[in-house]
Order: sequence, then C-alpha cells, then structure tokens
Amino acid sequence: MKGILRVAYKLIVNDRAKFAALLVGITFAVFLMTMMTSMFAGVLGKASSTVTNVGAKVWVMDPGVNTVASSIPMPDYVLDAVRSTNGVRYAVPLYSSAALVKLANGTYQAVTVIGLDDASLLGRPNLVEGRVEDLYGENAFAVVRDSEYPKLGRPKLGTEFELNDHRAVITGIAEVAVSGLFGIPTLYTTYSRAIQYIPSMRFTISFVLVEPTSREAIPGIQRAVRALGYEALTAEEFRDKIATFYKYQTGLGTNVLLMTVISFIVGLSISGQTFYTFILENLEKFGALKAIGAKGSVLISMILFQATFTALTAYGLGIGLAALTILAAKARLPSYAATVTLANLGTAFVTVVIIAAISSFIGVRKVIRIEPFEIFRG
Amino acid sequence: MASPAIQASGLNRWFGEGEARTHAVRDVTFEAFFGEMLYIEGPSGSGKTTLLSMISGILRPSEGEVKVEGRDIWALSPDDLADFRLHKIGFVFQDYHLFPRLTTLENAAMSLVMRKMNWDEAMDEARRYLDVVGLKDRAELPPVKLSGGEQQRVAIARAIAGHPDLLVFDEPTASLDGDTGRRIVEFVRKEILTEERCIVLVTHDSRIFEYADRIMKMEDGRVKGFEKGHARAE
Repeated sequence: MKGILRVAYKLIVNDRAKFAALLVGITFAVFLMTMMTSMFAGVLGKASSTVTNVGAKVWVMDPGVNTVASSIPMPDYVLDAVRSTNGVRYAVPLYSSAALVKLANGTYQAVTVIGLDDASLLGRPNLVEGRVEDLYGENAFAVVRDSEYPKLGRPKLGTEFELNDHRAVITGIAEVAVSGLFGIPTLYTTYSRAIQYIPSMRFTISFVLVEPTSREAIPGIQRAVRALGYEALTAEEFRDKIATFYKYQTGLGTNVLLMTVISFIVGLSISGQTFYTFILENLEKFGALKAIGAKGSVLISMILFQATFTALTAYGLGIGLAALTILAAKARLPSYAATVTLANLGTAFVTVVIIAAISSFIGVRKVIRIEPFEIFRG
Repeated sequence: MASPAIQASGLNRWFGEGEARTHAVRDVTFEAFFGEMLYIEGPSGSGKTTLLSMISGILRPSEGEVKVEGRDIWALSPDDLADFRLHKIGFVFQDYHLFPRLTTLENAAMSLVMRKMNWDEAMDEARRYLDVVGLKDRAELPPVKLSGGEQQRVAIARAIAGHPDLLVFDEPTASLDGDTGRRIVEFVRKEILTEERCIVLVTHDSRIFEYADRIMKMEDGRVKGFEKGHARAE
C-alpha cells in the first residue's frame, strides 16, 4: 500500500497547477476561518478583562447586567445582605464606570475607572511602580500600563490631569493580565473616590465581589442572592454570560458564523471543483489501473490520501498564515484583539476534514463507477 | 503446440434489454496456447474488444465460460479476479493509458508497485524492462516527452514487468504510423513472446499479420474461422 500511496502523492503533487489551486483554495478558507474565529475569541477575552483582572470568585449583580461595562447600580443593602449570607467569608463593593480625562495638551480621553473597596482594595492590579497604600492619598489613581496607556500621554508617577473636572494624580503604574475591549485606558482608585468623582445615580454599587468560605458554599450563596432579586455568578459563569451576550445579542457571533460558513463554501467550491477536474482528467488512467488489477479499495485509498494530504498541507499553511498575520497585526497594533485558541484550530480542522471528505467522495464515486471495459472500448 | 493458456467455450455477450438488446459476441469457442501469438481480427463492431475483455477478466460474459491456465476466471470473487489480472495478465491498451505526471520508469513499474513490491526494488526491476524495450535512457522523462511508438513500448514494459503468463494487446498499432506499428509488433514477437507466455492481440491492421501464429477472424460477433499467420507459415 505504501508504494501506491507514493504514486498517489506524485500524481497530485506533480500536477502543479491543480495542486496549487487546491492549496490556495483550502488555505484561503482556513485562513479566513481562523482569522474570524480568532478575532472573535480575542474580543470575548477582552470583553471579560475586568472579570479576569479583578479575580473575584463570585460576582453579585443585577440580573439585567450583560457585561461589566453595562453594570446596573445596586443599593447598599445588597452588600449588607450578601455579607450576612451563610458561606460568605467576605464581600466588598466594586464600582465601574466611564469618565473623561482632560490631558495636559487640552484634549480629552475617555477612561474606565474602577473603584476598589476602600478597606481591602480587593481586586487591585499588580503595581509595577508606586506603592499600594499611595492609592489612599489625595486624588490618587493608578493607571494600567497596557496597549491603551499611550493614549494618556504615557503618564509617570506624579503626573496630574483632570478627571471629570477633578484633580487626579498618578500614584501607581499597574499591569493586568488582559487589557480592555473598548480601546480606552483604565484607572484604578478607591470606591469612595470613584463615586465622588463620577456623577452617579442614587445607587452606586456596580458589583459585589464575594469570597466564599468554600466552593461548596457557592450554590447556597447563589440561592440567597436570587431570593434578594439579584444574581450571583462565579467568574466563569460571568465570562460565559458576557460571551453569550456578544455571540447572540450583538450580531458579532452571527457575523463570525456567516464568515465561517462563507469560508467553508469558498474552500469547498474551489477544492471540490479542482479535485473533481483532477479526477476526471485521470479517470481513464484510474480505469486502466482497475483493468490491470487494482481493487476498488486501492483506488479509494489513493483518492483519500490525495484529498487528505492536500487538505492537511493547506490546513498547516492556513493556520501558519493566520498566526503570522495576527503576530504582525499585534506588533503594529498592541490592542489588536485576536487569539488563536484550541477551539479555533479544532473548528478549522473539522471544516477542512469535511472539505476533504466531500471532495474525495465526489472523486471516489466517479472512480468506483468506471468500468475497465470502457478503457478497452476507448 | 503447448498446453492451452485460454479455453473459451460458448461465450455470448449482449448489451441492453428488449428491443435495444445488442448481441456483441455469439457462441464463441476457441483455445489459445502458450508460446502462441493469436490475433483476433475483424472489422469495427465485430466483437473483438468485447471478446478480449471477457477472456482477460474485465467483462463478465452473459453466457459461457473462460478458463485461463485451467481456472474458471468468472467463478472468482471480484477481489480474487482483480488479483488474478494483476498477477497473470499484462494489458497493453490502444491509447497506452500512461500517467503523464509520472516518469516513464514509474509508469513501467506500476504493476509491480500494485503488487506491493518495495518501491526501490520495483524501480530497479522496471528499469530492466525499460532496457528490454530499449528505453532505459528515457527512464526519467515523462511519457509526454516520448513519441507514440516509445509510449507504446513503455506500456509493453509495464505489461511485462510482472512476468504475466498472458499478454493482451488492444489495437496496438492503431495510434502508430505503419513502420512504427510493424516495428513494435516485430519486437513483441521476437523479444516478448516465450514458450511460457501466450499473447492475444486484437487488430484489423493487415500489415502486422506476418507476426501472428494464428488469426481468428470475427464478424458480427461470430468466429468466422481461423487462418494460419505468416509467422506460423514460415
């Protein structure tokens, strides 16, 4: 069998025009699919950046909340009620909102302000410059040094600017695991300063962050919070909720799905048609092989090998091309949201396998049906 | 004369049903022997190719029996029949049917590769047969770079590479000019035909009759008679 597969390999590879057309078609399809799904994965990852960066195990929120950015303020009694719930080791408030910063050059820049519990500073980022306790100083803010950091003019410790017409001073420079989705810088301060600087409604708590006594306590906490008319989600559940929102309520998921389907159709059309032409051109030769004594299983294995080899080569090229494109884009645009995940690779692989299966099925049907007698008859 | 290589008895073959039914081969009975070069000759539509297909295990007869080396080939399962063709019969097609994307050597080695022979051994063996047909120096060229006569010789090398007992040629001179056709058949007669091998050749080219042992005349699907070929007459 090894020798006949070598023949199959030479037949497809030596037909350079068709082999190139097959590779281009499938590579292009894989590239498009991987790019689209990677961008989607990147967007979802960034959309949950605050959940990841703050790192709380359980988040209490209004049931209408879909993302961190669209928080619905809750009254103070929710915090008190949660603190008194069985299984809660401690609970603290978190404030999250947008604000406007006036830079030294007179321009304005939107920012996300996260207000941390005054007593514990739970969820604070890792400071690479400055001290944590300086956040309690007058007008103190810590700025996150991520891809959006230059938009604030690369502030240093002691840099001053206006935030919603209040004086603000940078007392810390922080790093976080994931930067935000919306392309704006992030500032951290205390909860009390945040609600003082940023106009708000009567209720001010965006989220209550909960540390449970154990994992087993979480369902009980969720039931108790539900009884209050609110929702308690683990970090993973909250990330899923955000992902579900972007997938099904923003059109983003539909667009990605459409592009994936279009890529699949493009790949299938090009490779299916080219492979079919390749089989048609060699049909008499396959018939001659059949006459000489090739069994149907041998011919099927030749065609499957040709389709699989081409598809896997194109898969590798497509993935490589997508990875290079993402790397190049990230080098130029630090905030570029695209992440190649195992799920992306798996989706593209499954699609390529389907393309190869359909293409080879068309070829196999044709070859199996040819009668060697037709070769004699000419 | 040696023992029979092929024994065909009561062969009939028809195509289609009802009024559209065509009777291509009618009650054909004959024997071909080892060491013999038997021609099947007749006008177009006389049933030559249909008969050749039936005796080489490619087309099942509607009626009748074909024994090759005493074995009823149409009693074999499809896979066993394919194996039988691969190991016992060498085919030379009218249009050669060489793979244009493979080298001459790889084309010649095809039946050996199909027999699962190690790739390098198959190439070495095929090179020997290319030498036999005088094309050793063309081994690495693709068939499209060869003339019609050379391509025919590659097809012959492919057919004989597996040492088959029975060689079947379908109109081997139809795509060649007169001189080349004669040279090819003369070569087959002198170099390929042995006492352990039987060659059946379908043709309506009278210019190559001088190389036949016997000529089986066909018309309207029937055997009209046998003639001694010029080779036998000599």
